[in-house]
Amino acid sequence: MTYKTGVDELPIPPADAKVHNVTCDFCIVGCGYKAYTWPVDRHGGRPAERNAFGTDLGRQQPPDSAAWMSRSMTNIVRQDGRLVHLAIVPDQDCVVNGGLNSVRGGRMAETRYSEQTGTMTARLTHPMVWRYSQMMPSSWDDSLSLAADVTRRVIEEMGEDGVVVSAFDHGGAAGGYENTWGTGKLYFDALTVKNIRIHNRPAYNSEVHASRDMGVSELNNCYEDAELADTFFVVGANPLESQTNYFLAHWLPNLRGETLDKKRQLLAAEPHAPAKAIIVDPRRTVSVNACEAAAGRENVLHLAINPGTDLALLNALLTEIVARNWQAADFITRHTRGFGEAVPANRMSVEEAAAITGLRPEDIRTAARWIGEPKPGGAARRTMLAYEKGLIWGNDNYRTNAAIVNLALATHNIGREGTGCVRLGGHQEGYVRPSDAHVGRPAAYVDQLLIGGQGGVHHVWAVDHFKSTLNAEEFRRVYRRRTTLVKEAMDSVPYGDRSRQLDAIMAAIRAGGLFSVVVDILPTQIGEAAHVWLPAATAGEMNLTSMNGERRLRLTERYMDPPGEALPDCLIAARLANALEVSFRKAGDAARAGRFAGKFDWRSEEDAFLDGYHRHADGGALVTYDRLRAMGTNGVQEPVLGYEDGRLRGTQRLYGDGTFKTEDGRARFLAAPWRGMQIAARRRQQEAHAFLINNGRANLVWQNAFYDVHLPFVRERMPVAPIELNPEDMRRLGLAAGDLVEVYNETGSTQAMAYPTPTAKPGQAFMLFIAPTGQVGNIIGKETNELGIPNYKNVWADIRRIGRAPGADAMSFKPIDYPLAG
Amino acid sequence: MKGCGKLELGRRQFLRNGLGAVGGAAAAAVPVPAAAGGRSGYPAQVLANLRDLAVNVPRDIHYPDTGSPGVVVKLGAAVPGGVGPDGDIVAYSTLCPHKGYPLAYAASDKTLNCPGHFSRFDAEKEGQQVWGHATQNLAMFRLALRPNGDIAAVGVDELIYGRIGNVLES
Repeated sequence: MTYKTGVDELPIPPADAKVHNVTCDFCIVGCGYKAYTWPVDRHGGRPAERNAFGTDLGRQQPPDSAAWMSRSMTNIVRQDGRLVHLAIVPDQDCVVNGGLNSVRGGRMAETRYSEQTGTMTARLTHPMVWRYSQMMPSSWDDSLSLAADVTRRVIEEMGEDGVVVSAFDHGGAAGGYENTWGTGKLYFDALTVKNIRIHNRPAYNSEVHASRDMGVSELNNCYEDAELADTFFVVGANPLESQTNYFLAHWLPNLRGETLDKKRQLLAAEPHAPAKAIIVDPRRTVSVNACEAAAGRENVLHLAINPGTDLALLNALLTEIVARNWQAADFITRHTRGFGEAVPANRMSVEEAAAITGLRPEDIRTAARWIGEPKPGGAARRTMLAYEKGLIWGNDNYRTNAAIVNLALATHNIGREGTGCVRLGGHQEGYVRPSDAHVGRPAAYVDQLLIGGQGGVHHVWAVDHFKSTLNAEEFRRVYRRRTTLVKEAMDSVPYGDRSRQLDAIMAAIRAGGLFSVVVDILPTQIGEAAHVWLPAATAGEMNLTSMNGERRLRLTERYMDPPGEALPDCLIAARLANALEVSFRKAGDAARAGRFAGKFDWRSEEDAFLDGYHRHADGGALVTYDRLRAMGTNGVQEPVLGYEDGRLRGTQRLYGDGTFKTEDGRARFLAAPWRGMQIAARRRQQEAHAFLINNGRANLVWQNAFYDVHLPFVRERMPVAPIELNPEDMRRLGLAAGDLVEVYNETGSTQAMAYPTPTAKPGQAFMLFIAPTGQVGNIIGKETNELGIPNYKNVWADIRRIGRAPGADAMSFKPIDYPLAG
Repeated sequence: MKGCGKLELGRRQFLRNGLGAVGGAAAAAVPVPAAAGGRSGYPAQVLANLRDLAVNVPRDIHYPDTGSPGVVVKLGAAVPGGVGPDGDIVAYSTLCPHKGYPLAYAASDKTLNCPGHFSRFDAEKEGQQVWGHATQNLAMFRLALRPNGDIAAVGVDELIYGRIGNVLES
């Protein structure tokens, strides 16, 4: 039975409801919302003067109404200890989303902690520690002193390399400038930790090393560029599902021809047409379908390449564009280096590329034309080059990333209106930390260190390796074994005898054990193995700053209390640092204690912001909470350049003056020749197994579904995460829609629910990445590229039926694509 | 209406293209008379008679008042929530519960589809969102079959787009 909320009337925010600026917790786009709060025993009314929307709610509202909210946009929460109604409604005045909500952001209110409505009551509310053979509620002082004492003992015996850290490094909820600074200052200043990894990969490294090495920061344009582009060139990205309102509010109007007036106004000296789109993806995504619905099939080129062959295509496009003499010769001469070497090094004919990629030569030539051919009259075409995980987590990350930047530089599609060579992004960003230079390049492969028995204590900040890593089966197996050793040791001594506890824990660590401290908002799968849980607050329970995919910095204001005793991560980091200082001091190590002293006396997240972003970010000295609050949900685009007349002034797009982020200001072309499948094991795997197990995001869930697993609206669509399969493949395997299948290869095995997908190519399946009910990481081998970036995408396995997915019979298994006319 | 010009453009464009023509009433705020029965309950309102319905051919209706467009359709096979001798007659709001754009019925796979942002709802599964941006499933009109073959709507199982409560009042 399809889930219904059981609510057909909502509370009305009164005219004097408090209004707070909110940037969406979730994806990189960072849509603007307003959070309205009002006392639980007060009600607004339907007449316009009696409600916060200033709208007659006694009428049917028109499409795109700013005065409509769904049940999911409302809740009852605590604010300063008192119960209040909460409504988190998309903001029409925000230039990012113009009032649109995604299916994720529109559910922010119902993903808040509420004892009254029962939402997210799974949240961690108090510290918990392992004692008496189970996780027990504890105090901050007790839990932090245990974590600090164990960490000190590990450092004393193993040095700081014995401290292994997994930590977010992004913006949005579970991140933000305050919290990346707090954790960064702890591990890169007070400590010098080098065995550290990021939330979605097993090392502390950039996903776009090549772009940065070439002097091109990966978020270099603005969302308005998508309204001005002549062509979208998209590699390994699915913006309708993964950057939803960027696509809907900025790309779609251009594809529909609705931005022609704006193009003619802003770029008067050249002819304009509705945008064309080229999408490189083995899979026909809903983004391809939506582009065709909006622009017509004749204006969309879906290049369904053989998996892992992006580099060959990109080099062929560069070769073809140069052969046609379409390159931006003047720009190349004045603002770049290395073109003359890179072009021959990367040479790949259209015919060679066609053989490798499986594409038709004429389609590659069409793509080259749409990217590089000057417009009628000779004006340079404006192509926006966009990529994401299909490229980042595909074959040969470094070279492929270099190849798309080569293409953008050769055609001067960076720094001009309507262009950009950008990753589309996952999370928002919010990175300011002390130098990480000591981590090195390549950085330590943290998961392999842990599997190899190294490290004594593991600090885990909003990361769930059990879901979000590669070689996940072995990782879980070893991690459980190592942490269980410590649990058994702890059980052998009374908890209250700290000295004997520490001796027992250290003895277990010497014998291969691992002590695990998890900081998170909800129970996690890796947390099941941990010895200490520290409850974190999330955005809205604290003030939080982040920037989006066009570097737009906003402040999400605190509109409710965190659950129980939960604290912002930055303050947890500070308290852990202070506990470490105390521990070292008690142990007589004044020198080490001194490394923490006086650095973490923050009383609020604003203190962490002022210590971190304000003092260390480019332009940060101009930015305060008050100034950001005044900028509302539109904020300011980084880097911030000035503060005048009460407003912060920022930077719409980077590199407009042709000065890049290198010592001499010239961007670099890179040699990046095609070399086939970089990881040899994957070549063998492809030959041995029947299915490509492609994987990525789906519209309905955010990240690893940490909230979504608690929500019936999502659970009914994903009782088990789906695997998209071609119907003929399903027939051959004897599968019906909703059958539970095992996906298995020599690395491991996992499960998913069969979802018939007519557009899926035979032999190509697609799974949800980091799903809680079946981790694709189980079947992804441990090999990475030369800088520690996994190839999560090019994986092959076999599939067999193991039963029926619970709940599948209530599900609709109709195709997810919007039906096209004709 | 304040707000984002480009989004209004998008709406105008698809309305102009005639997709989902039931949306005429939705294009502007229209006053709606207080529904019979008031807020204490939903009105009972005849939408069609059995003899009016051909399999898989939707009929435009309004419920619980003229400001709320919908469709009634005989699907041809019994479905959850279906009424009538074959258990296959259902009725839904056609205001997309994402942004209120008019949903169009696709007879090819018995779904309701939003031309604005591509959300899809399954008419055979009580309005379950197959894919899309709405944070709820589609409002389904509860139906009752009368002895003379009249099909009456008697309630709504989910919030209708554009309303703070399904039953309006002045």
